Amino acid sequence: MTDAATPTPVGPSPGASPIRRPVLSGPHLRRRYAAERRFRLYGLASIAVAGLMLLLLVGSIWQKGHSAFWQTYVEITVTFSEGVLNPDGGPVDHHELERADYLSLVRDALKEQFPEATGDRRLRRQLYGIVSTNADFALRRMVLDDPSLVGQRRPVWVKLSDDLDSLAKGHIRRDLPESDRRVSDIELGWYDVLDKAGRIESRFNVDLFTAGDSREPVEAGIYGALIGSILTMTITLLVSFPVGVMAAVYLEEFAPRNRLTDVIEVNINNLAAVPSIVFGLLGLAVFLNFFGLPRSAPLVGGLVLALMTLPTIIIASRSALKAVPPSIREAAFGLGASPLQVVTHHVLPLAMPGILTGTIIGMAQALGETAPLLMIGMVAFIVDIPQGFTDPATVLPVQIYLWADSPERAFVERTSAAILVLLGFLVLMNAVAVLLRKRFERRW
Amino acid sequence: MQTMIVILALTGLALIGYMTGRGRSLVLARGVTPLHSLPSYHGLYVAFWVGIPALLVLVLWLVIEPRIIEWIVLDGLPSGTVDGLAADRVGLLLNDIRNTASGNIASQKDNPVIEAAATQLNNLRAIGFVLMAVSCAIAGTGGLVLAQRRIAPGLRARNSVERTIHIILILSSMIAILTTVGIVLSLVFESWRFFTKVPIWDFLFGLDWSPQTALRADQVGSSGAFGAVPLIAGTMLITFIAMMVAAPVGLMSAIYMAEYADPRFRAVAKPMLEILAGIPTVVYGFFAALTVAPAIRGWGESIGLSVSSESALAAGVVMGIMIIPFVSSLSDDVINAVPQSLRDGSYALGATRSETITSVIIPAALPGIVGAVLLAVSRAIGETMIVVMAAGLAANLTINPLEAVTTVTVQIVTLLVGDQEFDSAKTLSAFALGLMLFVITLALNVIALYVVRKYREKYD
Repeated sequence: MTDAATPTPVGPSPGASPIRRPVLSGPHLRRRYAAERRFRLYGLASIAVAGLMLLLLVGSIWQKGHSAFWQTYVEITVTFSEGVLNPDGGPVDHHELERADYLSLVRDALKEQFPEATGDRRLRRQLYGIVSTNADFALRRMVLDDPSLVGQRRPVWVKLSDDLDSLAKGHIRRDLPESDRRVSDIELGWYDVLDKAGRIESRFNVDLFTAGDSREPVEAGIYGALIGSILTMTITLLVSFPVGVMAAVYLEEFAPRNRLTDVIEVNINNLAAVPSIVFGLLGLAVFLNFFGLPRSAPLVGGLVLALMTLPTIIIASRSALKAVPPSIREAAFGLGASPLQVVTHHVLPLAMPGILTGTIIGMAQALGETAPLLMIGMVAFIVDIPQGFTDPATVLPVQIYLWADSPERAFVERTSAAILVLLGFLVLMNAVAVLLRKRFERRW
Repeated sequence: MQTMIVILALTGLALIGYMTGRGRSLVLARGVTPLHSLPSYHGLYVAFWVGIPALLVLVLWLVIEPRIIEWIVLDGLPSGTVDGLAADRVGLLLNDIRNTASGNIASQKDNPVIEAAATQLNNLRAIGFVLMAVSCAIAGTGGLVLAQRRIAPGLRARNSVERTIHIILILSSMIAILTTVGIVLSLVFESWRFFTKVPIWDFLFGLDWSPQTALRADQVGSSGAFGAVPLIAGTMLITFIAMMVAAPVGLMSAIYMAEYADPRFRAVAKPMLEILAGIPTVVYGFFAALTVAPAIRGWGESIGLSVSSESALAAGVVMGIMIIPFVSSLSDDVINAVPQSLRDGSYALGATRSETITSVIIPAALPGIVGAVLLAVSRAIGETMIVVMAAGLAANLTINPLEAVTTVTVQIVTLLVGDQEFDSAKTLSAFALGLMLFVITLALNVIALYVVRKYREKYD
């Protein structure tokens, strides 16, 4: 486009009367130019709104979630007393160690740290609450790994409770009145004492990536959901990629132009616009109720998502196949190849980058999809890491949905962190797709 | 998992078939006559003969076996256990047996009858697996032997293989039809069952939606009303708000990108809009529920309005943001499709750019733009996660965007997530809502396509 917008003056036309000259100055033209500038501004503002929203969205999630990648630990000095771990003396028994009362070890260590809190029952309970409720499991693991600890005294780093963790990360404002914040003045005092003594430390939160779901925000991780997502995506890819490519090859290279082909094409276009939740209803009615496949299983989730991504893959593959010039086909035919050989030896390899790009984009959509999986029961609270395609599992977006529904404040942080991980995967997949397109796409 | 082992074994067998078929054809070729087909086609020929019959046997087995086992188990129960029980009770009984068999928690624990049945079920399953493996192996090796015998230099292996692949290709493209048929059948069938319990007119025109049905006769306040009007109204309200955001912003972005922006600006702005389109809806839902809704509530209260914390406005605005890239990319295409000569003609008459856009380009692109907006509406109606997380649950017939409303998709999710009692009107109503959703979005798509086709100007 050129800068043709400025009206060019028209010369006096010979013989015509009266001569009308264009108005090149004055209020009329100024008004038109102002309108032009305004219109342009609207356009720019629209894009700015979209960009701003994107920034706001990612920014707010980052701001809420980045701290979840860190976990605050507190150092307590634990006495692994014989009396608790091995009450009846004698050789240390593995079985006995498994069932010992590690909670009392944690409590003793806390009481030792803050002897002033031991008198009052309510105060004592508050004191026990400053470390994570699962701190005793950490001790148990330590002792089981190294039974020689029994009878020794060791400094141990355990997780702070989720409230104090939020305080350490600055999510709880100290200047609020005590009744308005989740941490009482006494807990605040203890925290400050520990902090001054250098017994508070922030570490990278490994558990977020290695633990399954939990009701305790501090213990909850996305590992189970991640494995569930991988299992589900495997099924989706295994079903939708071959079927989608074969369907595209048939429609683009072999299908005769008849009614049936038309029906198939209209169908594919319509399926692409069907709301995803309807696919969930299909999965519930057909896969679960009719075929009796297990609920909450990655197998069913993968099948439902495969049906959902199929149109995307077919449409992308068809346009990739269409982009291969006919001369290639003609050359192959000329050398005596059969129609199938033409496709498998020449057209398909040349179209593969385009097909793979479409497949990756389809898989990225499937990875972020939630609604159909809710229908087939992948929303259950599942602590165990799924081991196979028929185990109950959940996936990353559903985990986000579940955590977003939890009332605990600390889950907001976890949810945002899970979203960041999910977005990271999506960015990665799309980057691969773009790279593939840039690197291998050929123009004839 | 056991099925996976069988499938893996079959793949191995098919691979062996390929190797032997190929090898045999090569041995034969060393004789007098040249081969009709390449050795690899002979290999594939054998592999197909191994794989396809065995796979068919496997699929049939997987479909039929559970039914037969169920029947045997029910038949084996002591007489009188099943007699006189309603169909859903029998289902519950079976479920208990299944759960006991797999070591899960069952409601009737320590019932000797169930225990015995569960042991029998486990035995039958073990036997069934062995039988399945054996029959698959027989089908596979049978095919292998048969195909090996047929291999001869004159065998038209390539033609058979290509014919088979052709059929497989046709079958794959049929999956799309099968999916549609599956959707329609399952929705219609379950909705029909729903309409036998609740009259269709009550569903379509009822003003009251409270799907909690009474489990016992003496329960309070759970009459179960299934009037879909409040849901449709709520959906329309949120969709309307979403379109008020998405249509102008999306359209103006598209116009700016197509008519004003220089390539460098486009290189930044277009990927940005694509990112907006690629964000999962559950993330938008989280954003709506935790950032936008409290913000709107805060603003509303600061000027003295009472705003629900699950206001339709928050869900609608965020849904609008989600749809912006959808509208803009579709409109971008149609605006770019308007030929340059129209613009040049308009400029030659002295119009400014904005005048050209409003009085030449937009009219020319209007069918496409209308189509894009209709498609966006259909997407907004079917969108689920944003409204599930940010809109209300209770049906509320209002047009006030500051109040909480519920939508069709929210109700489908709440009806089907969690414990379901089978065959109740409550569960089935979700399918009726799903059918309605399917019909509405399908109609919108068809109309959009029709508008684009019918009114498109042809400039070539």
